[in-house]
Amino acid sequence: MKDLGTEQSFVKFDRVQKSYDGENLVVKDLNLDMPKGEFLTMLGPSGSGKTTCLMMLAGFETATHGEILLDGKPINNIPPHKRGIGMVFQNYALFPHMTVAENLAFPLEVRKLDKSVREEKVKRALDMVQMGAFGGRRPAQLSGGQQQRVALARALVFEPELVLMDEPLGALDKQLREHMQFEITRLAHSLGITTVYVTHDQTEALTMSDRVAVFEDGRIQQLAPPDTLYEEPDNSFVAQFIGENNTLEGVVTQMKGPDLCEVKLDGGEVIDAKPVNVSNVGDRTRVSIRPERVEMNSERLQEGAHTLKAEVLEFIYMGDIFRTRLRVAGNEEFVVKTRNAPDQAKLKPGTQLEIGWLPSDCRALDA
Amino acid sequence: MSDTTPSGPMLAADGTPLKISLSRALRRQKIRALALIAPLLLFVVITFVIPIVSMLFRSVENQIVSHTMPEATAALAAWDSAATEPPGEEVFQALYFDLFRAAEAKEHTKLGTRLNYEQTGTSSLFRTSGRNLDDVGEEWQDPIEDIAPAFEDGETWFAMLSGEGGNRILEQRRRLWSEMVDEPFAGDVGLTLSSEVAAFLPLTAAAYSDWAIFEALEEGRDIATRDPWEAVYAGLGLDLRNAETVAAINAYQGPHAEDLQLLTANLDQLPDLMFRDAFAELDEDWLSPDVWRTIKIYSPDYTSGYFLNAVDMEKGADGAQMRPENQQIYLTLFMRTLWMSLLITSSCIVLGYPVAWLLANLPLRTANVLMILVLLPFWTSLLVRTSAWKVLLQQQGVINEILVWLGFVDDANRLILMNNATGTIIAMTHILLPFMILPLYSVMKTIPPSYLRAAKSLGATNWTAFWRVYFPQSVPGIGAGSILVFILAIGYYITPEIVGGTDGVFISNRIAYHISSSLNWGLAAALGTILLAVVLLLYWLYDRIVGIDNVKLGG
Repeated sequence: MKDLGTEQSFVKFDRVQKSYDGENLVVKDLNLDMPKGEFLTMLGPSGSGKTTCLMMLAGFETATHGEILLDGKPINNIPPHKRGIGMVFQNYALFPHMTVAENLAFPLEVRKLDKSVREEKVKRALDMVQMGAFGGRRPAQLSGGQQQRVALARALVFEPELVLMDEPLGALDKQLREHMQFEITRLAHSLGITTVYVTHDQTEALTMSDRVAVFEDGRIQQLAPPDTLYEEPDNSFVAQFIGENNTLEGVVTQMKGPDLCEVKLDGGEVIDAKPVNVSNVGDRTRVSIRPERVEMNSERLQEGAHTLKAEVLEFIYMGDIFRTRLRVAGNEEFVVKTRNAPDQAKLKPGTQLEIGWLPSDCRALDA
Repeated sequence: MSDTTPSGPMLAADGTPLKISLSRALRRQKIRALALIAPLLLFVVITFVIPIVSMLFRSVENQIVSHTMPEATAALAAWDSAATEPPGEEVFQALYFDLFRAAEAKEHTKLGTRLNYEQTGTSSLFRTSGRNLDDVGEEWQDPIEDIAPAFEDGETWFAMLSGEGGNRILEQRRRLWSEMVDEPFAGDVGLTLSSEVAAFLPLTAAAYSDWAIFEALEEGRDIATRDPWEAVYAGLGLDLRNAETVAAINAYQGPHAEDLQLLTANLDQLPDLMFRDAFAELDEDWLSPDVWRTIKIYSPDYTSGYFLNAVDMEKGADGAQMRPENQQIYLTLFMRTLWMSLLITSSCIVLGYPVAWLLANLPLRTANVLMILVLLPFWTSLLVRTSAWKVLLQQQGVINEILVWLGFVDDANRLILMNNATGTIIAMTHILLPFMILPLYSVMKTIPPSYLRAAKSLGATNWTAFWRVYFPQSVPGIGAGSILVFILAIGYYITPEIVGGTDGVFISNRIAYHISSSLNWGLAAALGTILLAVVLLLYWLYDRIVGIDNVKLGG
């Protein structure tokens, strides 16, 4: 994890804890530094504390312990309306009794801007999200995607330096969601705003963010750019949570070096793996291999790969890829993804074959 | 592919027009829906709509005058109601026969009561006159029986008037009876009038028919042997004043012609009594044009009199006019009812809004406890609650005692919180508060807290966020609560009755008074109709201004 000095970080959580009932901590010892202009996603299952963090940053919840700093200043005691943070809510929270233009003018009105300035800014913000023609409509007359754009424009219209988004795309259908993901990132980068984005959708997190903080059990399990997160998960939770993942359980039998160890799987097979958070011989471990890093065609196996016997249990045709479920070392949920290429065989259930992967793609994580 | 045929409407697969096909398909559903609501609909129509409509109908109904005094009101038509003189003899004569019948059937007091609403004193006028009306007839009965003793005998009368062909008169009299007493008077009277006799003794025949019908059908007696009542003698006496009648009698050959001819031979012994004088003797008020003016004004079958009365007006000689200042009461009461209902509604909003807000925003468990407290008044009898307010509000009551004890109020100047408008407002606000809180709560429950958060995140202070974002969304709840409370308040009766004194009573108390004490149902119905109209008018206004779509009772 990159550590930024306080002078560089725009948003900083410093040992923040939060409890609602005085018995359980919802957020346990949260430390986070965000540079200006970063798009950071808080990803995690529901109840992992990510929304609580966002609410603390917005000012709707107070931290039980620790400090939150915005641009170097502690904001724990600043009420939400003075923080100047734009926010997009899960259900947009567009005021139903106001038109779209009135909704957008609201933050400018409470800042006592002149009418002409207001109109100019509202127009610019609506144009920015391609909603210029809808200023006179009520939110109820808009589709979900249009409401989403308006909500975005409203959070940006008063030009905040920090924008928070709380699962803003949750209510949209898949196609629209993908389109809006692109829109939001484009806007955030072109305007240079710092964004904290909360979601439980890992695809969203991977495609949009500069960095992703994976939350679980009130802690950040890993804070890293999407590619690192996917390819080099720090622990088995992250490996499981991000993308599809095959795990094989076993015991570390030998440390062959800083980047190599030997694992004896529970089925008796011995494989090499890259130790991530195992350090001692005898540690139980979960070995993690991404489905697309497994090769089923023995002719294409690279140098240094090692092989295991497998049996095809199921073959699923998914269009662009094939998804083959195998029994490997006693694990019946072992999945291999292959590209739909002309030379890729469509395997029948019951087929016995050899599969293989590089030890460097195979990470020995905590059990 | 288009579903329309080039010419004509859209057709279903079997060639019937689609509309018919659709309505046929939906018919079963409609019938089932109707069957489900039918029991309630019938119940409401029979026990609620019909009685209320008939009750409201009383506000214009006025048939009692023309039904009780059919001939007098007809004769009165010729009289100029602006005159300073009472009407002429023919009216008094008709009045005699009408009133005689009415007195026998004891209907004259009802008419007196009805006219007393318009002109005080009429009730006793009719009562005393009806009691002493027999004396007038005896003025004729005695000399007739002296001249021709056969008329002492009921059989003489029966034989004299019996004959054939005269039953048209009998049926006509029967109809008058049934209109006056509101009974069918069906059945055989046992009399066939002689058309020959009826032709030259019209008044006698009419009076005898009246008697015969009443005696036979109401009293169940044998008319052939009984003496008729005094009005028949008066009728005969009046008939004999007619020279043509005298001539006809002298030429007459039928039964008891000799007895009638005895009378014509001794006409000088019959009284030359005028009914006008006779009534003047009974009660001087009969000579007052005011009494006759009232009767004439209220002689049509339908009247706007009750409605005029209900807005402090009266019918004068030249149309409607305001009542004298000291008799005006209903306009004040209507205005007070409206004003106090508005006041109660606004205090319910002021007191209920924060409670509803708390209810909608507290954690469920706490909100439930609070909700029980709000609903608690619903589980107590209205009478008990109002009586409790009586205990609290009186001058020696709990509130005054505490204020005196705390030193806020001097013992000598205890607050008068009851038997005035203050008492009504306090007690009714408390009683109607749940009707404000519940709709408010159910509307507020649907406003997600994220709106307030959004407003604050956009830079609004707590107050701005509330006023600009939360409050406008809770307005439908205020609207629903206000309509409920206002409409309930405007018709409230028990609470103003108990704690209202004289300054704090509503129009409904006056309606109740007229229904149960003064028995002026027509006026009560008129007041009720006006109240209903005012409520509907306000509802319409509300719809125009706020829009009834903006009223939400929940969800």
